[in-house]
Amino acid sequence: MTRTRLGTTLWAALTLAIAFVMFFPILWMVLTSFKREIDAIAFPPAWIFAPTFENWRVAVFGGPVLEFMGNTAIITLGSTALALALGVPAAYAMAFYRTRRTDGSMLWMMSTRMLPPAGVIVPLFILFRDLSLLDTHLGLILLFGGMNLPLVVWMVTGFMEDLPIALLEAARLDGATLAQEFRHVLLPMLVPGLAATALLALIFTWNEFFFAVNLTTRSASPLSVYVSTFKAAQGDLFIAKMSAAATAAVVPVLLAGWLAQRQLVTGLTMGAVK
Amino acid sequence: MTESTTAAAPAGKPRPAPATAPAPAALEGRIGRGRRFLSAPAIVYLIIVTQVPFAMTIYLSFTNWNLLRPASAGFLGVENMFRNYSRILQNPDFYAVVGNTVVLTTSVVIVTFVLGMAFALLLNRPFPGRAIARTLMISPFLVMPVASAIVWKNLLLEPSYGLSAWAFRSLGLPSVYLVEIAPLVSIIVVAAWQWTPFVMLILLAGLQSMPDEVIEAAYLDGAGPAAMFRFITLPHLRRFIEIALLLEIIFVLNIFGKIFVITSGGPGLQTTNLPYQIFLEAFSRWNVGRASAYGIFAIILANIVILLFLQVVRRKRQEEGR
Repeated sequence: MTRTRLGTTLWAALTLAIAFVMFFPILWMVLTSFKREIDAIAFPPAWIFAPTFENWRVAVFGGPVLEFMGNTAIITLGSTALALALGVPAAYAMAFYRTRRTDGSMLWMMSTRMLPPAGVIVPLFILFRDLSLLDTHLGLILLFGGMNLPLVVWMVTGFMEDLPIALLEAARLDGATLAQEFRHVLLPMLVPGLAATALLALIFTWNEFFFAVNLTTRSASPLSVYVSTFKAAQGDLFIAKMSAAATAAVVPVLLAGWLAQRQLVTGLTMGAVK
Repeated sequence: MTESTTAAAPAGKPRPAPATAPAPAALEGRIGRGRRFLSAPAIVYLIIVTQVPFAMTIYLSFTNWNLLRPASAGFLGVENMFRNYSRILQNPDFYAVVGNTVVLTTSVVIVTFVLGMAFALLLNRPFPGRAIARTLMISPFLVMPVASAIVWKNLLLEPSYGLSAWAFRSLGLPSVYLVEIAPLVSIIVVAAWQWTPFVMLILLAGLQSMPDEVIEAAYLDGAGPAAMFRFITLPHLRRFIEIALLLEIIFVLNIFGKIFVITSGGPGLQTTNLPYQIFLEAFSRWNVGRASAYGIFAIILANIVILLFLQVVRRKRQEEGR
């Protein structure tokens, strides 16, 4: 008895230790963002230090981070809204009006999400150039909306398939129109699922870099493009400020991901694993 | 919002549907025919956003268009149309790049599979603090890949004040700059850090879907931990492993941001994978034709994996009777 209890404790300790190690780079980034630049490059590393908000004041609230974050927010929200607007009706058809082609369409949609971005970047760049979409929010919204569409269709179809179909029938017997049926019957039950779907779409869009760096130059660039400019050392006095900017870029998605933890697996595999 | 929806919800509730009516039949008929096409906008939109560019890539790969020479935007001609492809296949760089892509992807997949499986098994037993451990462990996957790359490069692997330097020094070893002595390995390390949680999450979902009776039965039959894992857990996890690894391969094949930040594909071509090579062809050499032909190779490579993946998903859906 005591032996198994000791074993359990050891396993738990080991697991927590590994979890801490995995999380450590993130923690170190956050800690560094509160160091003075001189402490940030101290050797041996400064484990204990007097925290300062200077980096956050200068690099995040006084610097361009907020501006880029604004771009990210516009692009992320816009493309998620677009994906929901197109994807939810599609999911409705897929869940409740199945045909012989439904499975095929669903799998095809999933496969489009897996198309390598590098394989289509050249024509996209040319299309964007010719349609004056380069370096615009609209361009990335249209593109990322399409990128998130399969995710929305797959996840929402799954949520709809889980609903009690009797409710829909009842609404229909009462003579509900499609709009009424959707607004009064489906939507209230789908809110948690839609929220989880939106959070996942937000996570993927927020972190996207490849399309963003190639299709924007400055005015519509999202945060990921700005963060990448820290790849070259900009003098010695930038490590702590870089950490502050990176932390600001990472925290919203970290929180969203923690919130959507239960749906994360469904979202990552587009419903292939629940 | 919440108020109005809760007030409105009972609209559909008061009269429960006749229990005898077969569920799907009620939804068939005249209404069904129209509503079935609610998926049309999404499908059309996806065709425009993905298939049109794809078709354009094929066409562009048969041109000698270079954006620096605007007059060059022409089809190569029927007898010459595969020139971009033959040039690529004759260039040793191509094999180096494909080799890097394969080494990078395989290494990340192997490392993350071993670690992800171990972590999933550890997290599959109840203990106080499990939720916290799980939350901490999934976090690397949520971090913006470009941000994780600059953190690893400038805070952790940095040779003079980075944490790895301190770790090496504490162990009495000379400090090494991983990015310099083994650039591809440094990319693999950062990518494995990001993707281990992904594999772990899916395998954990698989472990938690294992019916208790099966585990109990095997336990009563005297199966030890090793036999249990080999003959009960692994077979049950097969689908989950397939899905996790295939999805991971698809996305790891596309790794770009980390290379962009940590090594810029160098030194030389040592860390250039297919996406990065396409990026160089397209946006530093502006060679539209060549970049598109490279793109076709990337698409072919990805499609092999995608087809395998779809096969697994289709099988799984059929088994579930969907």
